[in-house]
Amino acid sequence: MTITGQPDEEVIGRVLKGDQSAFALLVEKYQNYIFTLVLRFIENREDAEEIAQDVFVKAYRSLADFRGDSKFSTWLFTITRTTCLSFLRKKKLDTQSLDNERTGLQIENRESGFNANLVEQKSRHAMLNRAIAMLSPDDAQVLNLFYKGDQTLEEIGKIMRLDANTVKVKLHRARQRLKDKMEKYFAHEVREIHAD
Amino acid sequence: MRINGDQNHTIGDSLKKRNVMDQEMEKLIWEYIDGHCSPEVKAEITRHLAEDQAWKIRYDELMSIHALLQKEELDMPSLRFTKNVMEEIAQYHVAPATKNYINKNVIRGIGAFFLVMITGLFIYFMGQIHWSGTSTQNLVPSYSIDASKLNWSKLLNNTYVNIFIGINTILGLILADKYMQRKKNAGHSGHWSKGDSA
Repeated sequence: MTITGQPDEEVIGRVLKGDQSAFALLVEKYQNYIFTLVLRFIENREDAEEIAQDVFVKAYRSLADFRGDSKFSTWLFTITRTTCLSFLRKKKLDTQSLDNERTGLQIENRESGFNANLVEQKSRHAMLNRAIAMLSPDDAQVLNLFYKGDQTLEEIGKIMRLDANTVKVKLHRARQRLKDKMEKYFAHEVREIHAD
Repeated sequence: MRINGDQNHTIGDSLKKRNVMDQEMEKLIWEYIDGHCSPEVKAEITRHLAEDQAWKIRYDELMSIHALLQKEELDMPSLRFTKNVMEEIAQYHVAPATKNYINKNVIRGIGAFFLVMITGLFIYFMGQIHWSGTSTQNLVPSYSIDASKLNWSKLLNNTYVNIFIGINTILGLILADKYMQRKKNAGHSGHWSKGDSA
């Protein structure tokens, strides 16, 4: 459902019939999800915003290809992932790659950077975001899709081109690693959370 | 020394075992929280949670992380985001669905083209081999192809080559005809996206 309460399929139908302005409803609905997902790949907010816009433009242009056999959000997240990966490949950004070794090194760098700012991490959400940012893009993405995108394991599998069981394992590992990061770098906040 | 070594080994094994058990416990609790386990496993975990304090403590820990993740706030782009996207897409039209312009027959035609080409080349080269080996010990055929001495005019007059070129020309013409026809049909039906959005 969009903000106006219209189902996505109905809005898509309107756009396909030529009502370009209806697309704004979809942008409004999914912009935060997409932007958050993009930020998991590209840390720079300006770049992330540009890429998120690009995702919506691509989605608009190929809207006729959306067959409706999956949720619109699943389809949109697939475009997001592809766009982010091709951006990273093109720009050869040293932020995040799917290469584990490189990702590991970057995470270590990020961790050391975050240590200096630990004192500033007051709110639990800021803490959680910091901890997620320390994870690899794949781990962060699977958590985002599961918790924020309301995607099932099968839908996440479609987006990440993996089978549901692999996604299940990935999700488990991502949460495990998140827990480890939280306990390592935000021990005080974690204790508070557990005490509640 | 021997005893100490064995003791270390046993302690190491025990810690390793405990670590594996901890991981397995967490895995099961996550599945329980997500509702991804079978009714039997669910009942078993519920029993553990009620009877075993270690399980209960771990469950509470994981549940608090789960709750935190569920409440996680999304990042927001700038306020102009929607406006920027709408301005950007104003210069575009929805492209026709891929299935409309990718004809399976065209793909099949291209496949057939390459298949004929490969088969033609295979037959041609097989025709060039002199199967001179008479002994059963010498099963490797002798090749008499020498690129420098190749008589191209003779090759182009070869019946196989002529047939091969002929089939490919026909296939090429069929593909060209299909392409032109699609282009013509697209012209007649009009640019629906442009027309609708205008």
